[in-house]
Amino acid sequence: MRDAEPEAISPTRLAEAYAWLAEGPIRPIAGGTDLMVALAAETLEPPERVLDLWRLDELRGISEDGGDLVVGALTTWTELRRSAVVLARLPVLAEAAATIGAVQIQNRGTLGGNVVNASPAGDALPVLLATDAILELGGLRGERTVAAADFWPAYRRTALAPDELLLRVRFPSAPGREVRYRKVGTRRAQAISKVVMAVGWRPDAEGRWRDVRVAVGSMGPTPMRAPRAEATLEGQLPTEILADRVAGALSEDLSPIDDVRSTAAYRRAVSARILMRILREEGGW
Amino acid sequence: MSAHRFRVNGEPVSIDRPGMRRLLDVLRDDLGLTGTKEGCGEGECGACTVLVDGVPVVACLVPVCQVVGADVRTVEGLAPAPGVLSTLQQAFLKTGGAQCGICTPGMLMAADAYLADGGGTDEDAIREAIAGNLCRCTGYTRIIEAIALAAERGEAAR
Repeated sequence: MRDAEPEAISPTRLAEAYAWLAEGPIRPIAGGTDLMVALAAETLEPPERVLDLWRLDELRGISEDGGDLVVGALTTWTELRRSAVVLARLPVLAEAAATIGAVQIQNRGTLGGNVVNASPAGDALPVLLATDAILELGGLRGERTVAAADFWPAYRRTALAPDELLLRVRFPSAPGREVRYRKVGTRRAQAISKVVMAVGWRPDAEGRWRDVRVAVGSMGPTPMRAPRAEATLEGQLPTEILADRVAGALSEDLSPIDDVRSTAAYRRAVSARILMRILREEGGW
Repeated sequence: MSAHRFRVNGEPVSIDRPGMRRLLDVLRDDLGLTGTKEGCGEGECGACTVLVDGVPVVACLVPVCQVVGADVRTVEGLAPAPGVLSTLQQAFLKTGGAQCGICTPGMLMAADAYLADGGGTDEDAIREAIAGNLCRCTGYTRIIEAIALAAERGEAAR
């Protein structure tokens, strides 16, 4: 990358950033923890111009809005880990943030970058799927929202238009909902996941699981939900018998591959085991 | 294009280079501050850790446009005066927390930030603070001892 260093434009107002995007082509950069690596590894053709988002304070901040948790796209993993609002409202998001890279990466990497980079291994993305998160996008043409479940249509693709930015991630209020998160990598820090999973549900008065969400990363071309596993768990108590049944359903939902980090067989076995352990913890068996 | 202005170890600098130039190259090649090491060049090893406004980052992943107006500190800025080492640097000497030395500047900067943030002698906390810094010589034990010793000696390492 030292041979081809693009110029960067660093707007301080969102409207300016929109104007640059509309003029295009220009490549946005947030904290750089993916883009700078891709440029160094030469897996990405260096763009002619880069739109540096780092000074757009309008994209920072964590707030509550009518019961929803709203996280600005430029919010770093460190900010998520330390946010009293996140720890109170959606602690699983802080938990996921803590598994990402190590302190140097957490100080730069952003939730929005994770979403837009659209890696199937994006560590926070199953949390967004398991919580029915809504992505708020903006550009010169106005703002719109896309459900997380619709945001990653294919490998490394997003629903974002070239002239749009991700502004915020909205986590809708869900009283009584539980969410669990697990990441398996080579080691605890600095590892890209072999398997990452988030499971959400709302226990009813009898302890049956309602509104079940099973979301995984590194198990297919995109971060994805596992609809057969969800259907198997819906309305059920977290029993040992159920755990056996859901393992088969989950396996049908997934399409893992062999790659440098793991094998398809390992990923299938471990994802089933993760889900079983979550059910075991909740069922107390 | 206008030059990028910021401070390095307290001194104002002005860098007339493309905005996507890596902070690492600016420090080493433009400013001659070769204490900051390049290991992997892709954010995995932590050898190029520096502080930007007190926060540890890997200089290989930070474009220079993103440090405009910031206060960058490198290993050259750790010693409080010429010929005087910081508490943390002294602790590394005392415990033998360095072998080949390539990870040492990054380790020092990560540890400095940890101590400045109020970090103490707890081994798990120290391990987490340096989890982004690889060392292939020491087995980490003496590095961890050094950081704990500096924490024990009380003053943040400046």
